[in-house]
Amino acid sequence: MGLGRTLLFRSFNMFLVLFSILLITVTLLGPTLDKLLVDAIRNQVIDEVIQGSLKFQNSEERLSYINKQIELKSKTFGLDQDSFTLTKLVHRVVSVMTLDLGNSHFFSTDFGSTSVRDIIFEKVPKTLLLFTTANICVTVIGIFLGTYIAGKEGSWWDKLNSIFAILSNSFPSWWLAMIMILVFAFTLHIFPARATPLTSPSDPNYIFDLLYHMALPLITLIIFSFGTWAYVVRYFLINILNEDFIYAKKTMGISRRKILYSHALRNAGPPIATSVGLGLSGSFGGAIILEAVFDWPGMGKLYYDSIALFDTPIIIGLTFVSTVIFLVTIFITDIAYTLLDPRVKGG
Amino acid sequence: MPTHYWTRGLKGVNFLQKRLLLLGLLRSRRGKIGISIIAFLLLLSALAPLVIPIKSYFMWNVPDYWINNPKTSAPYWTNLLGTKEFEHISLGRNDAKITSESLEGINVVNNNFEINMKSDSFPDDFMFIYSAKYSDVPPVLQIDVKRPDNNTFTVYYSSLPMTNNANSSFSDRIFSTNNDVKEALNQYQNRFSFPISGFQPQILLFSDSTKPTVLKGEYQISLKFYLFDNSSKVEDAGIILGGRVFGIMGTDDLRRDLLTGIIWGTPIALFIGLTVSVFSIVIGLIYGVVSGYRGRRTDEAMMRFNDIFYALPTLPLLILLMVTFGRSIFLIIGFLMIFSWMGTAKVIRSIALQMRNFQYVEAAKLMGQSDLKVIFKHIIPQLLPLTFASVAISVPGAILAEAGLSFLGLGDPSLPTWGQILRDANTADAAARGLWWWIIPPGLMIALTGLAFFLIGNTLDSIANPLRNNKKKV
Repeated sequence: MGLGRTLLFRSFNMFLVLFSILLITVTLLGPTLDKLLVDAIRNQVIDEVIQGSLKFQNSEERLSYINKQIELKSKTFGLDQDSFTLTKLVHRVVSVMTLDLGNSHFFSTDFGSTSVRDIIFEKVPKTLLLFTTANICVTVIGIFLGTYIAGKEGSWWDKLNSIFAILSNSFPSWWLAMIMILVFAFTLHIFPARATPLTSPSDPNYIFDLLYHMALPLITLIIFSFGTWAYVVRYFLINILNEDFIYAKKTMGISRRKILYSHALRNAGPPIATSVGLGLSGSFGGAIILEAVFDWPGMGKLYYDSIALFDTPIIIGLTFVSTVIFLVTIFITDIAYTLLDPRVKGG
Repeated sequence: MPTHYWTRGLKGVNFLQKRLLLLGLLRSRRGKIGISIIAFLLLLSALAPLVIPIKSYFMWNVPDYWINNPKTSAPYWTNLLGTKEFEHISLGRNDAKITSESLEGINVVNNNFEINMKSDSFPDDFMFIYSAKYSDVPPVLQIDVKRPDNNTFTVYYSSLPMTNNANSSFSDRIFSTNNDVKEALNQYQNRFSFPISGFQPQILLFSDSTKPTVLKGEYQISLKFYLFDNSSKVEDAGIILGGRVFGIMGTDDLRRDLLTGIIWGTPIALFIGLTVSVFSIVIGLIYGVVSGYRGRRTDEAMMRFNDIFYALPTLPLLILLMVTFGRSIFLIIGFLMIFSWMGTAKVIRSIALQMRNFQYVEAAKLMGQSDLKVIFKHIIPQLLPLTFASVAISVPGAILAEAGLSFLGLGDPSLPTWGQILRDANTADAAARGLWWWIIPPGLMIALTGLAFFLIGNTLDSIANPLRNNKKKV
């Protein structure tokens, strides 16, 4: 497949998945969504009445006007019918896609807004900051360590890394997070146990405080995943090192080091890129929980709290946003794979 | 570890029989370690209902059941390492020596408890528990403590409250902070050679008479009930000496014995892990074989569907499903199954794609055997060794996933699982408070179970896949 076709195919697949998730969400939570929508309409109508120039004789007249308006607007959205209609479906899908989910019952942004969209958009950058940083570090460490170990197959280092990789796959990352808090926050007092910064977001020092609080979650994420990384890289490299062209290069007298870091690593690029993508999307789930443990003010923490308080609008919104992030990650990895694959360039 | 390398070099694969597989498992060191860990876990699961009361399983989330335990106590063996804390003692009616005698028409029931004080530190508090049934004339309760130095202190002497209902039960707890107890003990100043005012009852009761240190030895504590008519009855009697260390694994904020939780968590984790992995692998196996064997359009369509499933973000969707449908353990298992068959399907499909061109498969087809028969009789049996391996490899994932859901608060609330213990620990801020005994054991159990299955899966995989054994060295 050429680059263009791959891109087209992948984007089609991505939108298909996104759409199926939207459909699942809407079917599962249809009645809840309708209720949210009616609530949103009521708030809107009352706002209009309060700010508008309409004058009423008494409160009864005002109430009947409000109810009438709500009824009218509900009708346009098809909310008055119990049965399943296309307008209703489309409307629900659009309201999830635009995160037009009304107000949260329990949460607000740092600046006091309770709109679901504002709350989620405030949290997304923090999640992205933590996980992009962590994943860049892990990938770099993983690739170099993996290459180094692949050159020493069967050595003490190799065995140590395998054991480390197996162990870190056996326990949950968020458990490691609790242990890290126990060691670094409780016993050694190096980092704070709660990763939510104490300075206010308008303070110019906020960003430094945020970075300081990010240290412990970041270290945990790196420790948890670099072993597996190195193992995967080593695995692909060793497969490549058994190929004939490597033997040919060896006979030509090219140094072992150069073969390993330049020729072998380049050829192992595509599968490594795929694994990076799968690893990223896989770590996403654990990341949600990890944030909750560290109290990092991102999407995961919001997820954790909104489940505890059963704040449905937030849960629906978060599901949609995390799906988008997840799919975009996979998409980028696919592109990376295609770009790295020498066969695609040739054709 | 991904399993895609199975597909390489399939041509020369001579699939081994089940017996050989088991033999190889027992021969390799990894396999041996894995099998012994699983044997230990199975033993633990089997012994659980025999060693600990089954009621503790159903009562895990009922705080009343655990009320006699100390709150957030470290395991008792921490006494060996550092400061000596008093080990919690809780005695119920079964531990008492019960005697009853009749004195001039009054029935005297005596519940006698023996306590051997060995600790260097005083208990945090003490508590007497009783429950009695009576109608018109309330019984009188007298509590005596006979100390090793042969002093006897009457700690409490009072009649139970009047009742209006005939034959009603009355239960109560007398705490060491009770004023009657304090006053009663203050009258024994003459037995002590130091001023006792200002010392708390739990110290005075167990203190040496010359200085405020623990008087070690046998204590006899008796709860004596004077019953004035035949319809009166003693239903329960017990004493608790509150300590800061308890049991092998300590307790949590809700006073639950963590050992009980850890043990009950074992069969649940094994059940979840094995059910999810067996079913999802079977689904994946059948899906993959059908897709690969049929080939062409069926294959294309089935693989596109697989791709879509593969790209679904599991955790957000699981959260959505659990929020909508509820939190039963069977729902969790079902949802986990739905989201874990795709990898196997992909691998099996690529193997089946090659296998359908094998000569014996073609021969079977030429003989007129139906597709169904070819698949179930000739293809799937050959794939079984690999299937066993992937079942074992996917167990840890299922256990981790359930633990994760429990941790998010979406676990089955009626079960004690390791994930839920960790969630409770996190909610109570255990890590920042340094309550290590609440955090480390559940996580270690998850890791141990995962590790065991991973080792077994890995060994099975390397036996079933000869290519890995013949790897050339560079």
